[in-house]
Amino acid sequence: MQTGKTFRDPVVVEKLKVRIWAASKKPIKVMEFCGTHTHAIHRFGIRQILPPTVELFSGPGCPVCVTDNTDIDRAIAISKLPGVIVATFGDLLKVPGTSESLLTAKAEGAAVVMVYSPLDVLSLAAGNPGCRVVFLGIGFETTAPAVAASIDEAREKGLSNYSVLSMHKVTPPAMRAILDAREIALDAILCPGHVSTVTGADAWRFVPEEYHIPAVVAGFEPVDIMLAIAQIVRQCEAGSPRVANAYPRSVSNEGNRPAREMMDQVFETAPASWRGLGAIPASGLAIRPEYAAHDALRLFDVEVPECRTPDGCSCGEIIRGVMRPDECPLFRTICTPSHPIGPCMVSSEGSCSAYYLYG
Amino acid sequence: MYPMCLAVPALITKIDGAMADAELAGNMTRVNILFTPGVKVGDYVVMHAGYAISVMDSAEAEETFRLLEEMAGLDADG
Repeated sequence: MQTGKTFRDPVVVEKLKVRIWAASKKPIKVMEFCGTHTHAIHRFGIRQILPPTVELFSGPGCPVCVTDNTDIDRAIAISKLPGVIVATFGDLLKVPGTSESLLTAKAEGAAVVMVYSPLDVLSLAAGNPGCRVVFLGIGFETTAPAVAASIDEAREKGLSNYSVLSMHKVTPPAMRAILDAREIALDAILCPGHVSTVTGADAWRFVPEEYHIPAVVAGFEPVDIMLAIAQIVRQCEAGSPRVANAYPRSVSNEGNRPAREMMDQVFETAPASWRGLGAIPASGLAIRPEYAAHDALRLFDVEVPECRTPDGCSCGEIIRGVMRPDECPLFRTICTPSHPIGPCMVSSEGSCSAYYLYG
Repeated sequence: MYPMCLAVPALITKIDGAMADAELAGNMTRVNILFTPGVKVGDYVVMHAGYAISVMDSAEAEETFRLLEEMAGLDADG
């Protein structure tokens, strides 16, 4: 089976383009929730081939970007404790906290290690029994099951020096927050493909049922995204909003049940604070009391400074889709990937980084 | 920098309990298959943060092309 090539076939993309141009009559505003979609849309030049009636807005779908400064500051404070090794996905390293980043803390002597998988962190903990190894758990439903499995495995193996600082978040409440705020009159949602792989396409049923707009799950290749947009246009023109799945090779209606069960076994929902969106009830994932021995939030009582957002940084507005990255006064002037001021420029899924890279 | 939320297709080449060997963009890697209990050698999985989060199969890929045909009367040979 070809997993990528077929879905990049320019002939198919062209036919979908023709179909979209022919079908699209009324102007629609579509939000792509997911940061990987934002990057794919820029990388493949999809904005440029859509009719002027279809306008795409980038949403909050980048776990690094929506992480609150207080959480970043807490991670940095933990990294400075003696005998602690902090392990993190690379994206988080350069995100500025109130006064520094994990990378600058590392330069000053903190033990900060970049990893690809929580499995690497379990090995790190096993190999460093004299250290307390803290993994920065960040990510949506795509990532949370893997981190949950690592916590469960640590408990099974008695790996008492492994803990997780859970900053995990779930996406439907944030989608609701955006729709409830009504800052943009959205006509449709392009739903995240890999979050939906775990949650199932059914997780988005509230979008057509309560907000009366289409919710279409998309993959990340050009054909996937164009197919999803074609379905959105068709639904908008017909006035018949529903959930559609344009990524059925990875997403089912039900999602990945074993992954969700693992997530539910280790985590429970809790209030969480999102950059740009503020506090959202039941949108975070806290480690259940049964796994308290591996919960860094319980284990490390660190003092977190009063957090401050850099002057002029518009990441909050960009996350909500009410401002485009190139409308931010800092964009490309003092905020660049090599000197990022806000997280949307740091993260490989951030909207600002996509605009910077692809123009 | 490794994009943390990126999930990529990987071809399962050998299964070894809860772990498997997989080919990922020409490189060999290890993947945990806890969440995809039915996975077989020769399957493509969507891999994220060291774990397989779904098994992709041709039937599902063909389903997308069937959708394409259905909505646009496109050729299915793409």
